[in-house]
Amino acid sequence: MKLRVLSSAAEAAITLEFEKYPDKRSVLLHALRVAQQETGYLSEEAMRDVATLLELTPVQVYDVATFYTLFHLQPVGKHVIYACKSLPCALVGASALCRHIQNRLGVGIGETTSDNQFTLKQTECLASCGSGPMVQINDNYYEYLTPAKVDRLLDDLRARGKSDLASKPFKIPNVTGA
Amino acid sequence: MVSYEKILTKNMDTPGYMGTLPEYRATGGYTAFEKALKMPPAEIIDIVKKSGLRGRGGAGFPTGVKWSFIPKTHVGQRYLCCNADESEPGTFKDRQLIERDPHQMLEGIGIASYAIGASVAYIYIRGEFDLGAKIIESAIQEAYQAKFFGKNLLGSGFNLEVILHRGAGAYICGEETALLESIEGKRGKPRTKPPFPAVHGLYQAPTVVNNVETLANVPYIINRGAEWYASIGTPKSPGTRIFSVSGHVKRPGNYEVPLGITLREMIYTCAGGIRNDKALKAIIPGGASAAFLTPAHLDTPMDFEAIAQIGSMLGSGGVTVMDEETCMVQAATNLLEFFYHESCGKCTPCREGSSWILQVLHRIERGTGRASDLDLLETLCRRIEGVTVCAFGDAEVAPVLSTLKHFKEEYVAHIEGRGCPFQPNVELVMAH
Ligand SMILES: Cc1cc2nc3c(=O)[nH]c(=O)nc-3n(C[C@H](O)[C@H](O)[C@H](O)COP(=O)(O)O)c2cc1C
Ligand code: FES
Repeated sequence: MKLRVLSSAAEAAITLEFEKYPDKRSVLLHALRVAQQETGYLSEEAMRDVATLLELTPVQVYDVATFYTLFHLQPVGKHVIYACKSLPCALVGASALCRHIQNRLGVGIGETTSDNQFTLKQTECLASCGSGPMVQINDNYYEYLTPAKVDRLLDDLRARGKSDLASKPFKIPNVTGA
Repeated sequence: MVSYEKILTKNMDTPGYMGTLPEYRATGGYTAFEKALKMPPAEIIDIVKKSGLRGRGGAGFPTGVKWSFIPKTHVGQRYLCCNADESEPGTFKDRQLIERDPHQMLEGIGIASYAIGASVAYIYIRGEFDLGAKIIESAIQEAYQAKFFGKNLLGSGFNLEVILHRGAGAYICGEETALLESIEGKRGKPRTKPPFPAVHGLYQAPTVVNNVETLANVPYIINRGAEWYASIGTPKSPGTRIFSVSGHVKRPGNYEVPLGITLREMIYTCAGGIRNDKALKAIIPGGASAAFLTPAHLDTPMDFEAIAQIGSMLGSGGVTVMDEETCMVQAATNLLEFFYHESCGKCTPCREGSSWILQVLHRIERGTGRASDLDLLETLCRRIEGVTVCAFGDAEVAPVLSTLKHFKEEYVAHIEGRGCPFQPNVELVMAH
């Protein structure tokens, strides 16, 4: 199949999922995730490739891509920060924390740092309400945040691309230390 | 502090327990599935009915009854869907069940699928749960290797494929028919009901959708019996429930307790009381979709009926606690920003109404509200309630109507004083 931007590895990762469903369309969210991982964001070409693979029209793909918040229709930085803003996190200081991140990175919400390292977004509840304020960055959660912890986290990500502050399998309150 | 017997959060209290298959087996894991596979499916449904188990996803529908709605005469495919979308603000229990003891849910999926005759089960997990997805994926692999999933399970002739399906960020996909649309690769827009999923569900086939916590209870009911389960909690709301407590408490967290303990016990005993020993102002007892309550309600039992009787709902079990310094207009505005953002856009009253309500709240909060705004808010809410395809419409008006009911003076003070009368210790709505 002639694809515009997706690699054969991405194609394989997408078509591998077909057997799990009676209908190829069910693979759409997965396919968009794979495409985004490979090309950084969902360009029109990437969405056309997904449409080709799933035998959908481009508009069927676009319709879905624009509905779900984890898809980027514009280029983003290497690390996408999703700062939770819903009420439980807000009650424990999410707004101040978000401001701190903005100042530290010198960007507003929805913007990307000039070195393309970070994009800052706000998001709704991520199911860490008892361990807020929190952010998700790419695949990891970071919880019980303070300005000092955020500084360390951003430094870690800039320097090494990862941070040991990322949440582990979750249990709160952790009275037994298990 | 009285300590209650834990069911679903017991194993994970053992230091070092991470919920792998060998660890789960050592606690008796999958013996209920082995037992169930030797029973007629109808008997399992009967046991679950008798246990009184009610759905933990929000609506509290009796689980055994839901399973019995699958048409018995239907030949062909049936599906089970496990709802692991957990996106209701204030709720974080399924995440813990998934990340710390995933096989309870998988065993529950096995039993439920067998009971309703589903040979395929999808677990719909919210897209943000990356760690959870990895943990479930490896637990599924373990279960296949141990022959709990796959073909002709334990010689019963029953086949079961269990498939993890990841969402991509949309609160509404937790609504069961939106969830089905999302698995079908579409926008998560709820379907008109009836027909209910039990008749026309995933790919138009009979389907049961159950929450993670609901399914995780099932193995224990099969092993220990309907009477044992029914003896916990209250007669109409049996069993334990994991309440997620957040906000201004000393010890936020997940607390598994019998249904029917009071809000007071939950907040002051389990969660340690209010931070810095401030006074309590408001409680949301069941996730962002549930109406606000006040300290006057502290002695209400946390069961489905009692909380409904005082005008709120037990919902998802997310208990959010607000201290005396919290501005109620800001709290309601924060929640309406959530609902405005998450409305799927299908029903006009919900789509347009959420935006109008939010505009009015924003102006009240910023000090440009008008005297007529309180009536306007009330009217807007009443025109959304009950007229939308799914329960989202009722949910989005609950924070507004309940704060208007219990804290009207705060709205009036904002309007008359041209801004917030408090100096809140936190900012709940960010000015951009
Ligand atoms: C707007 C909305 C969001 C919902 N989100 C969830 C959710 O995240 N998780 C969940 O289990 N149920 C959620 N529900 C409830 C489901 O529609 C459904 O009732 C539930 O999954 C049924 O499972 P149960 O009977 O085991 O509770 C939501 C309902 C609505 C109206
Ligand atoms: S409110 Fe932030 S994670 Fe739930």
